[in-house]
Amino acid sequence: MSVAPFGRRTLAVAQRRALGPYVALTAPDPDGPAPEPGQFYMLAAAQRWGGGDDERPFLPRAFSVMRAGPAGLEFLLEVVGPGTARLCELGPGDGLHVVGPLGLGFDPPDEGRRALLCGGGAGIAPLAIWQDALLAAGRPAAALIGFRDGAHARAGVLLANPRVATDDGSTGHHGLVTELLESELDADPDAAIYACGPPAMLEAVRALAARRAVPAQLALEAGMACGFGACFGCVVPLAGGGYARTCVDGPVLDAAALAEVPAA
Amino acid sequence: MIDLCGLALEHPILNGSGTYDAIAARRAFGDALLDAFPFSAFVSKTITLEPRAGNPPPRLYETPAGLVNSIGLPNKGLRGYVEEDLPQLAALPVPLVTNVMGSTAAELVALVEALDDRDDVAAIELNVSCPNVRTGLDIGSDPDELAAVLRAVRPRTRRPLVVKLTPNTADVARTAQAAEDAGADAVSLINTLRAYAPHPRRPASPWLGAGAGGLSGPAVRAVALAQVRAVAARVAVPVVGMGGIQTGAHAAQFLSAGATAVAVGTESFRDPAAATRIRRELHDFLAKSGVSRSMAVHTPDS
Repeated sequence: MSVAPFGRRTLAVAQRRALGPYVALTAPDPDGPAPEPGQFYMLAAAQRWGGGDDERPFLPRAFSVMRAGPAGLEFLLEVVGPGTARLCELGPGDGLHVVGPLGLGFDPPDEGRRALLCGGGAGIAPLAIWQDALLAAGRPAAALIGFRDGAHARAGVLLANPRVATDDGSTGHHGLVTELLESELDADPDAAIYACGPPAMLEAVRALAARRAVPAQLALEAGMACGFGACFGCVVPLAGGGYARTCVDGPVLDAAALAEVPAA
Repeated sequence: MIDLCGLALEHPILNGSGTYDAIAARRAFGDALLDAFPFSAFVSKTITLEPRAGNPPPRLYETPAGLVNSIGLPNKGLRGYVEEDLPQLAALPVPLVTNVMGSTAAELVALVEALDDRDDVAAIELNVSCPNVRTGLDIGSDPDELAAVLRAVRPRTRRPLVVKLTPNTADVARTAQAAEDAGADAVSLINTLRAYAPHPRRPASPWLGAGAGGLSGPAVRAVALAQVRAVAARVAVPVVGMGGIQTGAHAAQFLSAGATAVAVGTESFRDPAAATRIRRELHDFLAKSGVSRSMAVHTPDS
Protein backbone atom coordinates (compact mmCIF):
# COMPACT_ATOMS: atom_id res chain seq x y z
CA MET A 1 0.00 0.00 0.00
CA SER A 2 1.05 3.59 -0.56
CA VAL A 3 1.40 5.52 2.69
CA ALA A 4 -0.45 8.85 2.82
CA PRO A 5 1.19 12.13 3.81
CA PHE A 6 0.10 12.92 7.38
CA GLY A 7 -2.77 15.38 7.45
CA ARG A 8 -5.14 17.00 5.03
CA ARG A 9 -3.78 18.89 2.03
CA THR A 10 -5.54 21.18 -0.40
CA LEU A 11 -5.40 20.57 -4.14
CA ALA A 12 -6.74 22.77 -6.92
CA VAL A 13 -9.22 21.20 -9.32
CA ALA A 14 -7.82 21.33 -12.86
CA GLN A 15 -10.69 19.83 -14.81
CA ARG A 16 -14.36 18.96 -14.47
CA ARG A 17 -15.80 16.64 -17.07
CA ALA A 18 -19.45 15.56 -17.27
CA LEU A 19 -20.12 11.97 -18.36
CA GLY A 20 -23.87 11.60 -18.49
CA PRO A 21 -25.01 12.30 -14.93
CA TYR A 22 -21.51 11.63 -13.54
CA VAL A 23 -18.77 14.18 -12.97
CA ALA A 24 -15.09 13.30 -13.34
CA LEU A 25 -12.84 15.66 -11.36
CA THR A 26 -9.11 15.92 -11.97
CA ALA A 27 -6.78 17.55 -9.43
CA PRO A 28 -2.96 17.56 -9.57
CA ASP A 29 -1.42 16.21 -6.35
CA PRO A 30 2.25 17.21 -6.51
CA ASP A 31 2.94 16.33 -2.85
CA GLY A 32 1.14 13.00 -2.77
CA PRO A 33 2.49 9.52 -3.57
CA ALA A 34 1.11 7.49 -6.45
CA PRO A 35 -1.90 5.56 -5.17
CA GLU A 36 -2.28 1.84 -5.71
CA PRO A 37 -5.37 0.62 -7.56
CA GLY A 38 -8.22 0.21 -5.08
CA GLN A 39 -6.97 2.81 -2.62
CA PHE A 40 -9.19 5.77 -1.75
CA TYR A 41 -9.12 9.40 -0.62
CA MET A 42 -11.26 11.42 1.74
CA LEU A 43 -12.54 14.46 -0.17
CA ALA A 44 -14.15 17.72 0.89
CA ALA A 45 -14.62 21.05 -0.82
CA ALA A 46 -12.25 23.63 0.63
CA GLN A 47 -14.99 26.27 0.55
CA ARG A 48 -18.65 26.00 1.55
CA TRP A 49 -18.43 22.49 2.98
CA GLY A 50 -21.64 22.77 4.98
CA GLY A 51 -24.80 24.77 4.56
CA GLY A 52 -26.33 22.47 1.97
CA ASP A 53 -29.43 20.31 2.41
CA ASP A 54 -30.06 19.71 6.13
CA GLU A 55 -27.11 22.07 6.87
CA ARG A 56 -24.71 19.40 5.68
CA PRO A 57 -22.14 18.15 4.64
CA PHE A 58 -19.92 18.12 7.71
CA LEU A 59 -17.60 15.12 7.28
CA PRO A 60 -15.41 14.39 4.26
CA ARG A 61 -16.55 11.73 1.77
CA ALA A 62 -14.59 8.64 0.69
CA PHE A 63 -13.87 8.02 -3.03
CA SER A 64 -11.78 5.37 -4.70
CA VAL A 65 -9.24 6.89 -7.03
CA MET A 66 -10.23 6.37 -10.68
CA ARG A 67 -6.90 7.25 -12.27
CA ALA A 68 -3.67 8.88 -11.20
CA GLY A 69 -1.13 10.26 -13.62
CA PRO A 70 0.68 13.37 -14.74
CA ALA A 71 -2.66 15.23 -14.94
CA GLY A 72 -3.40 14.43 -11.33
CA LEU A 73 -5.82 12.35 -9.34
CA GLU A 74 -9.15 11.56 -11.00
CA PHE A 75 -12.37 10.83 -9.14
CA LEU A 76 -15.81 9.85 -10.43
CA LEU A 77 -18.72 11.51 -8.64
CA GLU A 78 -22.48 11.27 -8.73
CA VAL A 79 -24.93 13.38 -6.75
CA VAL A 80 -26.48 11.21 -4.05
CA GLY A 81 -26.57 13.65 -1.12
CA PRO A 82 -25.32 17.00 0.15
CA GLY A 83 -21.63 15.98 0.11
CA THR A 84 -21.56 14.71 -3.45
CA ALA A 85 -23.79 17.62 -4.53
CA ARG A 86 -21.18 20.10 -3.31
CA LEU A 87 -18.24 18.16 -4.76
CA CYS A 88 -19.98 17.94 -8.15
CA GLU A 89 -20.20 21.75 -8.24
CA LEU A 90 -16.42 22.14 -8.15
CA GLY A 91 -14.65 23.39 -11.23
CA PRO A 92 -11.20 24.48 -12.34
CA GLY A 93 -9.36 26.46 -9.66
CA ASP A 94 -11.61 25.38 -6.79
CA GLY A 95 -9.93 23.98 -3.69
CA LEU A 96 -10.29 20.29 -2.87
CA HIS A 97 -9.26 18.97 0.57
CA VAL A 98 -7.82 15.47 0.37
CA VAL A 99 -6.45 12.88 2.79
CA GLY A 100 -4.89 9.85 1.17
CA PRO A 101 -4.18 7.52 -0.48
CA LEU A 102 -5.75 5.30 2.18
CA GLY A 103 -6.60 1.66 2.67
CA LEU A 104 -5.64 -1.58 0.98
CA GLY A 105 -6.13 -2.03 -2.76
CA PHE A 106 -6.41 -4.94 -5.18
CA ASP A 107 -4.08 -7.95 -5.28
CA PRO A 108 -3.23 -9.37 -8.72
CA PRO A 109 -4.85 -12.63 -9.81
CA ASP A 110 -3.03 -15.92 -9.25
CA GLU A 111 -1.16 -17.31 -12.26
CA GLY A 112 -3.57 -19.07 -14.60
CA ARG A 113 -6.55 -16.95 -13.63
CA ARG A 114 -7.80 -14.09 -15.79
CA ALA A 115 -9.11 -10.95 -14.16
CA LEU A 116 -12.81 -10.23 -14.63
CA LEU A 117 -13.70 -6.67 -13.65
CA CYS A 118 -17.32 -6.19 -12.67
CA GLY A 119 -18.62 -2.71 -11.91
CA GLY A 120 -21.90 -0.95 -11.32
CA GLY A 121 -22.59 2.77 -11.61
CA ALA A 122 -19.98 5.04 -10.05
CA GLY A 123 -18.36 1.84 -8.75
CA ILE A 124 -16.56 1.46 -12.08
CA ALA A 125 -14.03 4.07 -10.84
CA PRO A 126 -11.48 1.81 -9.09
CA LEU A 127 -11.77 -0.73 -11.92
CA ALA A 128 -10.43 1.86 -14.40
CA ILE A 129 -7.07 2.29 -12.62
CA TRP A 130 -6.94 -1.47 -11.98
CA GLN A 131 -7.60 -2.30 -15.63
CA ASP A 132 -4.83 0.12 -16.66
CA ALA A 133 -2.39 -1.64 -14.30
CA LEU A 134 -3.35 -5.14 -15.41
CA LEU A 135 -3.16 -4.30 -19.12
CA ALA A 136 0.19 -2.56 -18.61
CA ALA A 137 1.46 -5.77 -16.99
CA GLY A 138 0.32 -7.71 -20.06
CA ARG A 139 -2.53 -9.47 -18.30
CA PRO A 140 -6.10 -9.78 -19.54
CA ALA A 141 -8.63 -7.52 -17.82
CA ALA A 142 -12.11 -7.87 -19.27
CA ALA A 143 -14.55 -5.27 -17.96
CA LEU A 144 -18.26 -5.89 -17.36
CA ILE A 145 -20.15 -2.82 -16.28
CA GLY A 146 -23.76 -2.10 -15.47
CA PHE A 147 -25.78 1.10 -15.39
CA ARG A 148 -29.35 2.24 -14.83
CA ASP A 149 -29.81 3.49 -18.41
CA GLY A 150 -28.06 4.73 -21.52
CA ALA A 151 -27.34 8.18 -20.07
CA HIS A 152 -25.45 6.68 -17.15
CA ALA A 153 -23.75 4.22 -19.50
CA ARG A 154 -21.89 7.14 -21.10
CA ALA A 155 -19.37 6.65 -18.28
CA GLY A 156 -18.51 3.34 -19.95
CA VAL A 157 -15.87 5.19 -22.01
CA LEU A 158 -13.73 5.21 -18.85
CA LEU A 159 -12.90 1.53 -19.34
CA ALA A 160 -11.29 -0.28 -22.26
CA ASN A 161 -13.55 -2.58 -24.30
CA PRO A 162 -16.31 -2.99 -21.72
CA ARG A 163 -19.34 -5.25 -22.00
CA VAL A 164 -22.22 -3.05 -20.87
CA ALA A 165 -25.53 -3.94 -19.26
CA THR A 166 -28.35 -1.50 -18.53
CA ASP A 167 -31.44 -1.96 -16.39
CA ASP A 168 -33.68 -0.53 -19.11
CA GLY A 169 -31.93 -2.18 -22.05
CA SER A 170 -31.24 1.13 -23.78
CA THR A 171 -27.58 0.20 -24.18
CA GLY A 172 -25.95 -3.21 -24.29
CA HIS A 173 -27.34 -6.23 -22.43
CA HIS A 174 -30.85 -5.68 -21.05
CA GLY A 175 -30.44 -6.85 -17.47
CA LEU A 176 -27.95 -7.11 -14.65
CA VAL A 177 -24.18 -6.94 -14.95
CA THR A 178 -24.01 -10.07 -12.79
CA GLU A 179 -25.74 -11.94 -15.66
CA LEU A 180 -22.79 -10.97 -17.88
CA LEU A 181 -20.47 -12.19 -15.12
CA GLU A 182 -22.24 -15.56 -14.98
CA SER A 183 -21.91 -16.03 -18.74
CA GLU A 184 -18.19 -15.19 -18.57
CA LEU A 185 -17.70 -17.73 -15.78
CA ASP A 186 -19.65 -20.32 -17.81
CA ALA A 187 -17.24 -19.76 -20.71
CA ASP A 188 -14.08 -19.87 -18.57
CA PRO A 189 -14.24 -20.54 -14.83
CA ASP A 190 -10.52 -19.91 -14.23
CA ALA A 191 -11.14 -16.30 -13.32
CA ALA A 192 -10.51 -13.86 -10.51
CA ILE A 193 -13.31 -11.36 -9.95
CA TYR A 194 -12.75 -7.72 -9.03
CA ALA A 195 -15.98 -5.93 -8.25
CA CYS A 196 -17.18 -2.52 -7.13
CA GLY A 197 -20.68 -1.13 -7.17
CA PRO A 198 -23.90 -0.81 -5.21
CA PRO A 199 -24.34 -3.12 -2.19
CA ALA A 200 -26.98 -5.32 -3.85
CA MET A 201 -24.68 -5.90 -6.82
CA LEU A 202 -21.71 -6.69 -4.59
CA GLU A 203 -23.78 -9.09 -2.50
CA ALA A 204 -24.86 -10.86 -5.71
CA VAL A 205 -21.21 -11.06 -6.82
CA ARG A 206 -20.17 -12.38 -3.40
CA ALA A 207 -22.85 -15.10 -3.48
CA LEU A 208 -22.03 -16.02 -7.10
CA ALA A 209 -18.29 -16.25 -6.39
CA ALA A 210 -18.97 -18.46 -3.38
CA ARG A 211 -21.28 -20.71 -5.41
CA ARG A 212 -18.75 -21.05 -8.24
CA ALA A 213 -15.70 -21.23 -5.92
CA VAL A 214 -14.08 -18.35 -7.80
CA PRO A 215 -11.89 -15.89 -5.88
CA ALA A 216 -13.34 -12.40 -5.69
CA GLN A 217 -12.08 -9.12 -4.32
CA LEU A 218 -14.76 -6.57 -3.52
CA ALA A 219 -14.08 -2.83 -3.24
CA LEU A 220 -16.62 -1.82 -0.61
CA GLU A 221 -18.26 1.48 0.12
CA ALA A 222 -19.33 2.41 3.64
CA GLY A 223 -20.39 5.51 5.47
CA MET A 224 -17.08 6.66 6.87
CA ALA A 225 -16.18 9.58 9.14
CA CYS A 226 -12.38 9.53 9.02
CA GLY A 227 -10.90 7.03 6.54
CA PHE A 228 -7.86 6.16 8.70
CA GLY A 229 -9.18 3.77 11.34
CA ALA A 230 -10.06 6.31 14.02
CA CYS A 231 -13.85 6.25 14.17
CA PHE A 232 -14.68 2.52 13.85
CA GLY A 233 -17.83 3.56 11.99
CA CYS A 234 -17.39 1.84 8.62
CA VAL A 235 -17.47 -1.81 9.67
CA VAL A 236 -18.70 -4.81 7.68
CA PRO A 237 -19.58 -8.17 9.27
CA LEU A 238 -17.03 -10.96 8.79
CA ALA A 239 -17.89 -14.58 8.00
CA GLY A 240 -16.07 -15.74 11.13
CA GLY A 241 -17.86 -13.26 13.39
CA GLY A 242 -16.86 -9.76 14.36
CA TYR A 243 -16.28 -6.85 12.02
CA ALA A 244 -13.64 -5.42 9.69
CA ARG A 245 -13.07 -1.69 9.26
CA THR A 246 -13.64 -0.89 5.58
CA CYS A 247 -11.09 1.94 5.71
CA VAL A 248 -8.02 0.15 7.09
CA ASP A 249 -8.81 -3.56 6.57
CA GLY A 250 -10.23 -2.68 3.10
CA PRO A 251 -11.73 -1.06 1.16
CA VAL A 252 -10.85 -4.08 -0.99
CA LEU A 253 -11.79 -7.22 0.92
CA ASP A 254 -11.75 -10.88 -0.03
CA ALA A 255 -15.37 -11.86 -0.68
CA ALA A 256 -14.88 -15.13 1.18
CA ALA A 257 -14.03 -13.23 4.37
CA LEU A 258 -17.40 -11.48 4.44
CA ALA A 259 -20.60 -12.74 6.01
CA GLU A 260 -22.50 -10.54 3.57
CA VAL A 261 -22.32 -7.15 1.93
CA PRO A 262 -24.66 -5.04 4.08
CA ALA A 263 -27.50 -3.22 2.34
CA ALA A 264 -27.05 0.54 2.19
CA MET B 1 4.79 22.67 30.21
CA ILE B 2 1.45 21.85 31.73
CA ASP B 3 0.96 19.75 34.82
CA LEU B 4 -2.14 17.60 34.42
CA CYS B 5 -2.39 15.69 37.70
CA GLY B 6 1.26 14.74 37.56
CA LEU B 7 1.57 14.32 33.78
CA ALA B 8 3.98 16.82 32.28
CA LEU B 9 2.44 17.85 28.97
CA GLU B 10 4.21 19.88 26.32
CA HIS B 11 1.03 21.64 25.23
CA PRO B 12 -2.66 21.59 26.15
CA ILE B 13 -4.11 19.51 23.27
CA LEU B 14 -5.04 15.88 23.87
CA ASN B 15 -7.29 13.56 21.89
CA GLY B 16 -10.70 12.51 23.13
CA SER B 17 -10.94 8.81 23.93
CA GLY B 18 -12.25 6.79 21.01
CA THR B 19 -11.50 9.39 18.37
CA TYR B 20 -8.00 8.33 17.30
CA ASP B 21 -6.45 4.90 16.77
CA ALA B 22 -2.74 5.68 16.84
CA ILE B 23 -1.85 2.15 15.73
CA ALA B 24 -4.07 2.27 12.63
CA ALA B 25 -2.99 5.87 11.94
CA ARG B 26 0.66 4.82 11.99
CA ARG B 27 -0.09 2.22 9.32
CA ALA B 28 -1.92 4.82 7.20
CA PHE B 29 0.59 7.68 7.60
CA GLY B 30 3.83 5.92 8.55
CA ASP B 31 6.43 7.42 10.88
CA ALA B 32 5.36 10.94 9.87
CA LEU B 33 2.66 10.46 12.51
CA LEU B 34 5.29 10.03 15.22
CA ASP B 35 7.47 12.88 13.94
CA ALA B 36 4.55 15.29 14.14
CA PHE B 37 2.38 13.65 16.78
CA PRO B 38 -0.52 16.04 17.24
CA PHE B 39 -1.37 15.38 20.88
CA SER B 40 0.55 16.05 24.13
CA ALA B 41 -0.81 12.82 25.63
CA PHE B 42 -2.55 9.94 23.92
CA VAL B 43 -5.85 8.72 25.32
CA SER B 44 -6.70 5.15 24.28
CA LYS B 45 -10.05 3.85 23.18
CA THR B 46 -12.11 2.42 26.00
CA ILE B 47 -10.81 -0.95 27.18
CA THR B 48 -13.12 -3.45 28.87
CA LEU B 49 -12.28 -6.62 30.76
CA GLU B 50 -13.55 -8.90 27.99
CA PRO B 51 -13.28 -8.30 24.21
CA ARG B 52 -16.21 -6.55 22.53
CA ALA B 53 -17.11 -6.67 18.83
CA GLY B 54 -19.02 -3.39 18.98
CA ASN B 55 -22.48 -2.52 17.73
CA PRO B 56 -24.04 -3.70 14.45
CA PRO B 57 -23.78 -1.15 11.62
CA PRO B 58 -24.81 1.44 10.65
CA ARG B 59 -22.77 3.18 13.34
CA LEU B 60 -22.62 6.74 12.02
CA TYR B 61 -25.09 9.48 11.12
CA GLU B 62 -24.12 12.96 9.97
CA THR B 63 -26.10 15.85 11.46
CA PRO B 64 -25.91 19.61 10.94
CA ALA B 65 -22.33 20.33 12.13
CA GLY B 66 -22.02 17.05 13.94
CA LEU B 67 -21.99 13.30 14.06
CA VAL B 68 -24.12 10.77 15.91
CA ASN B 69 -22.22 7.56 16.59
CA SER B 70 -23.08 4.24 18.16
CA ILE B 71 -19.80 2.38 17.89
CA GLY B 72 -20.30 0.24 20.98
CA LEU B 73 -16.74 0.31 22.36
CA PRO B 74 -15.19 -2.46 20.23
CA ASN B 75 -11.90 -3.50 21.81
CA LYS B 76 -9.64 -6.50 22.31
CA GLY B 77 -10.32 -6.73 26.02
CA LEU B 78 -7.78 -6.12 28.76
CA ARG B 79 -5.50 -9.01 27.83
CA GLY B 80 -5.42 -8.20 24.12
CA TYR B 81 -4.79 -4.53 24.92
CA VAL B 82 -1.90 -5.26 27.28
CA GLU B 83 -0.27 -7.88 25.05
CA GLU B 84 -0.84 -6.45 21.56
CA ASP B 85 -1.58 -2.73 21.78
CA LEU B 86 0.31 -1.49 24.81
CA PRO B 87 3.79 -2.17 23.37
CA GLN B 88 2.87 -0.16 20.25
CA LEU B 89 1.24 2.68 22.19
CA ALA B 90 4.26 2.83 24.50
CA ALA B 91 6.34 3.74 21.43
CA LEU B 92 4.39 6.99 20.99
CA PRO B 93 6.40 10.10 21.87
CA VAL B 94 3.87 11.24 24.53
CA PRO B 95 2.43 9.90 27.81
CA LEU B 96 -0.30 7.29 27.48
CA VAL B 97 -3.67 7.56 29.21
CA THR B 98 -5.59 4.29 29.17
CA ASN B 99 -9.37 4.64 29.21
CA VAL B 100 -11.30 1.80 30.87
CA MET B 101 -14.93 0.96 31.44
CA GLY B 102 -16.67 -1.58 33.64
CA SER B 103 -20.30 -2.16 34.47
CA THR B 104 -19.49 -2.86 38.13
CA ALA B 105 -16.95 -1.55 40.63
CA ALA B 106 -15.39 -5.02 40.69
CA GLU B 107 -14.76 -4.90 36.93
CA LEU B 108 -13.20 -1.46 37.17
CA VAL B 109 -11.02 -2.58 40.09
CA ALA B 110 -9.77 -5.54 38.03
CA LEU B 111 -8.94 -3.21 35.13
CA VAL B 112 -7.06 -0.57 37.14
CA GLU B 113 -5.17 -3.18 39.16
CA ALA B 114 -3.99 -4.87 35.97
CA LEU B 115 -2.78 -1.52 34.58
CA ASP B 116 -1.27 -0.26 37.83
CA ASP B 117 2.12 -1.91 37.40
CA ARG B 118 2.43 -1.06 33.69
CA ASP B 119 4.90 1.79 33.67
CA ASP B 120 3.80 2.68 30.14
CA VAL B 121 0.41 3.73 31.48
CA ALA B 122 0.85 7.27 32.77
CA ALA B 123 -2.74 7.71 33.89
CA ILE B 124 -6.08 5.93 33.81
CA GLU B 125 -9.29 7.52 32.56
CA LEU B 126 -12.54 6.00 33.78
CA ASN B 127 -15.39 5.91 31.29
CA VAL B 128 -18.40 6.02 33.60
CA SER B 129 -20.97 6.34 30.80
CA CYS B 130 -21.86 2.71 31.30
CA PRO B 131 -25.22 1.46 32.52
CA ASN B 132 -25.27 -0.10 35.94
CA VAL B 133 -26.46 -3.66 35.31
CA ARG B 134 -28.79 -3.42 38.33
CA THR B 135 -30.39 0.02 37.83
CA GLY B 136 -29.90 0.55 34.10
CA LEU B 137 -28.72 4.11 34.82
CA ASP B 138 -25.30 5.29 33.76
CA ILE B 139 -22.91 5.01 36.69
CA GLY B 140 -21.69 8.51 35.97
CA SER B 141 -25.12 10.11 35.93
CA ASP B 142 -25.72 9.52 39.65
CA PRO B 143 -23.31 11.33 42.03
CA ASP B 144 -23.73 8.77 44.83
CA GLU B 145 -23.16 5.79 42.58
CA LEU B 146 -20.15 7.47 40.94
CA ALA B 147 -18.64 8.20 44.34
CA ALA B 148 -19.17 4.62 45.51
CA VAL B 149 -17.44 3.22 42.42
CA LEU B 150 -14.52 5.64 42.75
CA ARG B 151 -14.03 4.86 46.44
CA ALA B 152 -13.66 1.19 45.46
CA VAL B 153 -11.25 1.93 42.61
CA ARG B 154 -9.13 4.75 44.05
CA PRO B 155 -7.07 2.72 46.57
CA ARG B 156 -6.23 0.05 43.98
CA THR B 157 -3.92 2.11 41.77
CA ARG B 158 -1.09 4.58 42.17
CA ARG B 159 -1.78 6.04 38.74
CA PRO B 160 -3.61 9.34 38.43
CA LEU B 161 -7.32 8.76 37.86
CA VAL B 162 -9.20 10.93 35.39
CA VAL B 163 -12.98 10.62 35.44
CA LYS B 164 -14.65 11.16 32.06
CA LEU B 165 -17.94 12.73 33.07
CA THR B 166 -21.16 12.10 31.22
CA PRO B 167 -23.10 15.16 30.08
CA ASN B 168 -26.34 13.17 30.29
CA THR B 169 -27.10 14.06 33.88
CA ALA B 170 -29.15 16.62 35.75
CA ASP B 171 -26.23 18.49 37.32
CA VAL B 172 -22.78 17.77 35.94
CA ALA B 173 -21.08 20.00 38.54
CA ARG B 174 -22.53 17.80 41.26
CA THR B 175 -21.17 14.60 39.68
CA ALA B 176 -17.81 16.34 39.22
CA GLN B 177 -17.83 17.28 42.88
CA ALA B 178 -18.66 13.69 43.82
CA ALA B 179 -15.75 12.47 41.69
CA GLU B 180 -13.35 14.91 43.31
CA ASP B 181 -14.51 14.03 46.82
CA ALA B 182 -14.04 10.32 46.09
CA GLY B 183 -10.46 10.78 44.91
CA ALA B 184 -10.46 11.70 41.21
CA ASP B 185 -7.22 13.45 40.21
CA ALA B 186 -8.84 15.18 37.22
CA VAL B 187 -12.12 15.21 35.35
CA SER B 188 -12.70 15.31 31.59
CA LEU B 189 -15.84 16.37 29.76
CA ILE B 190 -17.99 16.24 27.78
CA ASN B 191 -18.67 12.75 26.54
CA THR B 192 -21.20 12.55 23.69
CA LEU B 193 -24.74 13.81 24.21
CA ARG B 194 -27.38 11.09 24.03
CA ALA B 195 -28.91 11.32 20.57
CA TYR B 196 -31.21 9.60 18.12
CA ALA B 197 -30.94 9.39 14.34
CA PRO B 198 -34.04 8.59 12.29
CA HIS B 199 -33.77 6.40 9.20
CA PRO B 200 -33.67 8.75 6.18
CA ARG B 201 -36.27 6.77 4.24
CA ARG B 202 -38.29 5.20 7.10
CA PRO B 203 -38.67 7.98 9.70
CA ALA B 204 -40.36 5.69 12.24
CA SER B 205 -37.28 3.44 12.35
CA PRO B 206 -33.86 4.16 13.82
CA TRP B 207 -30.95 4.52 11.40
CA LEU B 208 -28.28 3.29 13.79
CA GLY B 209 -27.89 -0.44 14.26
CA ALA B 210 -27.94 -0.06 18.05
CA GLY B 211 -31.00 2.20 17.98
CA ALA B 212 -29.54 5.30 19.61
CA GLY B 213 -26.14 6.93 19.93
CA GLY B 214 -24.19 9.98 21.03
CA LEU B 215 -23.74 13.37 19.37
CA SER B 216 -20.34 15.04 18.95
CA GLY B 217 -18.82 17.78 16.83
CA PRO B 218 -19.38 21.54 16.68
CA ALA B 219 -23.11 20.97 17.28
CA VAL B 220 -22.34 20.25 20.97
CA ARG B 221 -19.74 22.99 21.58
CA ALA B 222 -22.00 25.49 23.33
CA VAL B 223 -23.33 22.77 25.65
CA ALA B 224 -19.80 21.59 26.36
CA LEU B 225 -18.64 25.11 27.22
CA ALA B 226 -21.52 25.54 29.67
CA GLN B 227 -20.71 22.23 31.36
CA VAL B 228 -16.96 22.89 31.51
CA ARG B 229 -17.60 26.31 33.07
CA ALA B 230 -19.94 24.81 35.66
CA VAL B 231 -17.52 22.03 36.56
CA ALA B 232 -14.39 24.19 36.66
CA ALA B 233 -16.17 26.60 38.98
CA ARG B 234 -16.99 23.76 41.36
CA VAL B 235 -13.90 21.53 41.60
CA ALA B 236 -10.25 22.17 42.39
CA VAL B 237 -8.85 19.26 40.35
CA PRO B 238 -7.81 19.95 36.75
CA VAL B 239 -10.46 19.84 34.04
CA VAL B 240 -9.89 18.52 30.51
CA GLY B 241 -12.45 20.26 28.30
CA MET B 242 -13.75 18.99 24.99
CA GLY B 243 -16.75 19.12 22.70
CA GLY B 244 -16.68 20.42 19.14
CA ILE B 245 -13.29 22.14 19.24
CA GLN B 246 -12.31 22.99 15.64
CA THR B 247 -10.00 26.00 15.97
CA GLY B 248 -7.48 27.60 18.30
CA ALA B 249 -10.10 30.16 19.25
CA HIS B 250 -12.40 27.36 20.36
CA ALA B 251 -9.59 25.83 22.43
CA ALA B 252 -9.02 29.23 24.05
CA GLN B 253 -12.72 29.40 24.93
CA PHE B 254 -12.42 26.12 26.84
CA LEU B 255 -9.24 27.27 28.60
CA SER B 256 -10.99 30.51 29.52
CA ALA B 257 -13.86 28.45 30.88
CA GLY B 258 -11.43 26.93 33.35
CA ALA B 259 -10.01 23.91 31.55
CA THR B 260 -6.35 23.06 32.16
CA ALA B 261 -6.15 21.15 28.89
CA VAL B 262 -8.49 20.44 25.99
CA ALA B 263 -9.17 17.48 23.74
CA VAL B 264 -9.89 17.29 20.02
CA GLY B 265 -12.12 14.49 18.78
CA THR B 266 -14.48 14.69 15.85
CA GLU B 267 -12.41 17.38 14.11
CA SER B 268 -9.60 14.81 13.76
CA PHE B 269 -11.96 12.78 11.56
CA ARG B 270 -12.03 15.69 9.11
CA ASP B 271 -8.27 16.16 9.21
CA PRO B 272 -5.98 13.70 11.01
CA ALA B 273 -3.57 16.57 11.73
CA ALA B 274 -6.28 19.00 12.87
CA ALA B 275 -4.91 19.12 16.42
CA THR B 276 -1.57 20.39 15.13
CA ARG B 277 -3.32 23.27 13.37
CA ILE B 278 -5.46 23.98 16.43
CA ARG B 279 -2.35 24.13 18.62
CA ARG B 280 -0.70 26.62 16.24
CA GLU B 281 -3.86 28.71 16.05
CA LEU B 282 -4.19 28.68 19.85
CA HIS B 283 -0.65 29.96 20.16
CA ASP B 284 -1.29 32.76 17.68
CA PHE B 285 -4.66 33.56 19.22
CA LEU B 286 -3.27 33.89 22.72
CA ALA B 287 -0.30 35.94 21.51
CA LYS B 288 -2.61 38.36 19.69
CA SER B 289 -5.23 38.68 22.37
CA GLY B 290 -2.62 39.33 25.08
CA VAL B 291 -4.01 36.88 27.57
CA SER B 292 -2.62 36.28 31.00
CA ARG B 293 0.79 34.74 31.61
CA SER B 294 -0.81 31.72 33.24
CA MET B 295 -2.54 30.86 29.99
CA ALA B 296 0.46 31.81 27.88
CA VAL B 297 2.50 29.03 29.49
CA HIS B 298 0.06 26.59 27.96
CA THR B 299 1.15 27.45 24.46
CA PRO B 300 3.78 25.76 22.35
CA ASP B 301 7.30 27.17 22.17
CA SER B 302 7.11 28.74 25.60
